[in-house]
Order: sequence, then C-alpha cells, then structure tokens
Amino acid sequence: MLFTDHFVEVDGCRTHYRRAGKGTPLVFLHGAGGAPQVLPFMERLAQRFEVLVPDAPGYGQSDEPAWLENIHDVAYFYLDFLAALKLEKALIVGTSMGGWMAMEMAVRNTSRIASLVLVSPAGIRVEGGASGAEPADIFLLSPEDMTRKLFYDQKYAEARLAAPVTPEGIDLQLKNRHTTARLAWEPRLHDPMLPKWLHRIDVPVAIAWGKEDQILPVAIAHELKRLLPQAELTLFERCGHLLVQEKAEEFCDLVERFACK
Amino acid sequence: MQIVLFHLMPYADLDLAEGRKNGTVWVTLPNRNFDPEKGHKLYNRYLDELEYGEQLGFDVLAVNEHHQTAYGLMPSPIVTASALSRKTKRVKIAILGSALPLRSHPLMVAEEHAMIDVISGGRLITGFVRGIGAEYHTFGVNPTFSHDRFREAHDLIVRAWTEPGPFAFHGHHYNVQYVNLWPRPYQKPHPPIWIPSQGSKETIDWAAHPERRYTYLQTFSPVKVVQRYLKSYRDTCTGHGYDAKDSQLGWAVPVYVGETDASARAEAKQHFEAFRNVYVRMPIEMLLPPGYTSRESLKNVMKAKAQMFGDVTIEQAIELGLFVCGSAETVTKAFEGYWGEMRFGNLLVMCQFGTLPADLTRANMERFARGVLPRLKALT
Repeated sequence: MLFTDHFVEVDGCRTHYRRAGKGTPLVFLHGAGGAPQVLPFMERLAQRFEVLVPDAPGYGQSDEPAWLENIHDVAYFYLDFLAALKLEKALIVGTSMGGWMAMEMAVRNTSRIASLVLVSPAGIRVEGGASGAEPADIFLLSPEDMTRKLFYDQKYAEARLAAPVTPEGIDLQLKNRHTTARLAWEPRLHDPMLPKWLHRIDVPVAIAWGKEDQILPVAIAHELKRLLPQAELTLFERCGHLLVQEKAEEFCDLVERFACK
Repeated sequence: MQIVLFHLMPYADLDLAEGRKNGTVWVTLPNRNFDPEKGHKLYNRYLDELEYGEQLGFDVLAVNEHHQTAYGLMPSPIVTASALSRKTKRVKIAILGSALPLRSHPLMVAEEHAMIDVISGGRLITGFVRGIGAEYHTFGVNPTFSHDRFREAHDLIVRAWTEPGPFAFHGHHYNVQYVNLWPRPYQKPHPPIWIPSQGSKETIDWAAHPERRYTYLQTFSPVKVVQRYLKSYRDTCTGHGYDAKDSQLGWAVPVYVGETDASARAEAKQHFEAFRNVYVRMPIEMLLPPGYTSRESLKNVMKAKAQMFGDVTIEQAIELGLFVCGSAETVTKAFEGYWGEMRFGNLLVMCQFGTLPADLTRANMERFARGVLPRLKALT
C-alpha cells in the first residue's frame, strides 16, 4: 500500500501527514521519536483502514507554531485536525506521547472519535512512588542507551544504531526532542490533571503494553486500567516500549479485532 | 581594570574516585558524599578567603549560584553575599548571578538583591543568569522556556527596582497585581547588572542591546573562545550604533601564582586537573537539555564533543588559556597580553579551584595581590 505525502494548514500550523488505504479512518499519533518513515504496521493497517499518520506540531515536517506550549494545545490542535479533514468515527491509535495526546483529545471531545487504542501511552503516573513505576529519564539517556531501552529484542536496537546518520536526520531528531521537552519535561511525561477527567472518555478504549517496557514500565498499564475500568488491557510478552515495531503483526491483529467490535 | 575575586565554593573534600565513577558530580552524585561537618569547615574557610580578599585589595568579591552539585556549594548566593555585606566595608559584592528561570518568583530576587544593596550601602553588583543546563534537570524547570522566563523575570525585576509602586505586572510566565518593592535598591537607578555566560548568541544580543548595555562576562573558556565572544559582544554593540566601553566586558578564569613557573605548575596540577576533569565534567545530555541553547549551537557542541568532554592536563589548559598559572611575572605578562588584545575592563580571578587546599589558596591570593594585582589595576 503506497503512502502519499500531504500538507494541511490547521490552526496556522502547516501540518504534514501521510495517507494510504480506504475504509474507516485510522489516525496514528506517533511518539517522542516522531514518524519519520512508513513502518510495516502502517502498511498492514492500510489494507483495512484509511490510515493517516500526521506529524504533530513541532515534529517531523510540521511547523513549530509559537502557540505550542503544552499537551493541551496539542489536544485542541488534533481535534481541529480531525475537523479540518472532515474525519468521522475515527479510530485514534496513539503510541507513547501519541497515546497521551489521544487521551487528552478524548477527555475534551469524542464527537469525531469512534474508539482509542493506547499503546504504552505516556500521560499518567503511578501515585505513591511504587517501585518500578517510574519512567526512564529520556532526557538524560545517551542516544545509544535510549535506543537500547526502547526494545526488548536488541536486534531492533542494533539495526537502528547501525543505520547511517545524516545531517537531516540529526536536525529532525533535535526538533522532535525539543518539542517532546516542551510538552513533557515538567511534569515529566504526564499531566496531573488528566486522571480527574478520564471518566469523560465515552468511547471504547484498548490499552496495549509490552511487559518489558523500560521507558514506561508496565506498572503504569495497571494504573491506567484502574482509571479506565471499561478499557480492555492486553499485555505482550517479551516486548519493550516500541510495541508497534516489535509486535507489529500481533498489534495489527489487536487493532483489527478491536475495530470490529 | 577592575579585579574581582571570584569563588565557587566547591566541595573540596569530595572523594574524587566517587565523582569519577559517577561520571559527573552534578545532578546524580548521591548526597551521602556530602559531609555536613566538613561542609561547615569549608563554608567558613571560603568566607574567610573572600573577606581576606578585601584586605588584599581586590575591588570586588563575587559569588554565584549552583544547585545540587559538588562543583559549588552555593545554591543561594544570597546567603553568602549577605554574610559578606556585613563583614566587609569597602569592596563591592557581586552575585554572578541569580538564576532567574529557576526561581518561581522573580520578585523574591528583586527583594533579596535590594536588601543586600541597602544593607551594604550600595556595594552590590547584580548578576543574572539562566542557570546551567544541569540545573534544569535538578529543578525540573522546562528548559524550552528558559530564555522566555529569563527575559520576563528580568523585566519584572528591573521595573520593580525602578518604577514607583504599586503597579501591576502582567506577563506570560509571571503575573503580579501589586509590584511595590520594600526595600527599593540603594543605588540609582539600580545596582549594575552583569551577565555571565558561556557565549550563547541570544544572551550576547540581549545583553549588548542599547537599552541594557550590561557587562558581559565570559566564564571559564579557552582564551580563543573568550576572544571570539568578547569580540562578538563588541561587534553587536557596534551594530547597535555605539561602542562598548571596556567596563562592559569581563573574563572569569582560574589563576594560580607560585614562586616560580615550575613550582606554580607543580602545586596547582592535581587540584586544577580535579577541577577540570572531575568537578566540571558532565554528559552532553545534562549540559545542554533541549531548548537551553539554539539547535545550531547544540550541533556545534556535538561536533566539538571529543575536545570538550575529554580530560585536559594542566599543561594543555595553560596552553589553551583555560588556566593562567606561573610566577607573578608570567601571570602579569599573560594578562597584560590578553588585555591588550581584548580590553576587558573586569578580570574575575578564581584563586581557589577544585581541591586546592586553604594554605595554597591563601599563598596564591597573596602572591597575586602582591605581584600581579597592582599592575593589572593600572591598565586603563
């Protein structure tokens, strides 16, 4: 399935997105690393859905608007993005930072949202300092350590570390990192106000998490399930933070099954 | 030239092996490595050293702010500057500086500095900094708002010092209904403002602006880098249509004066190398969090990483002009030469660095005061 590149201006932000496939709209919200390339899970999902992969404001090929100050700005932006593209009954799939954005959207307005799939999302923290529930300090890890911690199966990390480094690639990484810091530096990777309003999410929610996630430990998954009792929680064995890559087939099965419900 | 005695107040009793093993003495070095009883002795020793600076004829005593690190034990330079303001009578006292973006309320900074200015009878030199990158990790303040918060906090402080209160201040980061400072500063319109920096373009542009003309201090850098940034400051002033006065420029550098060049190197070697290779060291992710500098500056640092983050010997440091060390004659000649090229009106000398013990620090200060200071003061 061939993805095509598009740009749309939303809230004064020239926004890049990729699109492929036909059917129910599925909007994939990327994580801290952005969505610099089309990955196998996107190809497969595009056989069943109309898949849209936007670069969030401040990420990838999208603008860095002056108004971008916090995660709430991103939530309102993405709601406007759904409206601008006239998407109805969209399936929102978000991983990590993108999962956080999906929740922030859905507590505000679900009129264009059919359901949410949250893949090891940021956004909440486990209160009380439970051991093993603290996220990794993604801003202090060296690039190599960060890459290794993203995966359970180190062959993915090796492949990523062996990939050639280009000046454009570095620019993109620094841009994405800057925006992630802007949104998630403090409070770190979560919004303390979010749990108060999670009950407003009135669409079906699926949560997927890798049991060996070293960025956002699986203890957070159980806390999220407690806060979203109606959600269905699936844990993946021998899987790290980048579940969409490490368990691409199983993940796509889950999305397809969940969307049919 | 105005000569400033600058102290970092490091935790000189640090177990260097622990510092090395941890990779840095910033942010993550467990505070079990700090012994309060040793700290008690160090604080009092360091305050004595600064007070001795007045007796020796220095023009200014300077303290600064660093958080959660063995590099410097002054999370609040207000505390040390307050102590100095009562113990000294003649010298100026410089706070270089208060880290504005790290403070949740800039009015507290305005108040504290005004208090010291009033208590000391107008001897305060105020400094404003953003804090170094590591401090955004320790304090959790978002580094992508660092420049914004710095500028807005500065505006609030200077308005609080100069405009009749009460008035309302409405900013993006700070909102105050009643700005009405008690006490107002002693000096009119306000204490001189110095801006220590590692050379960020944004800071140079801002400090050199004709509305501000703040004294720009280049801190602990190879002399070529000092030259580049002081020139950049002067050029920026020229671009604004005015010539920078020499008093608008300063250089902060560690110094060691011995009886001879050889003895100076021998005495300073292990202590300087501990300073440069243990106390200063930190990984790039800690030094430059996202948004603390422009992405272009960050890329330049990444390119120079091997040079910046590797060990440096005392010999290399002297060669680089990162450290000025030798007999009084050698040190005087070196500074005369540098002054001839750069015409900085303020020289900030760090006579204590790293693990340098009390006896060597005093001997260094005395030799500097006797053999170097008079000739440098005469440079105009």
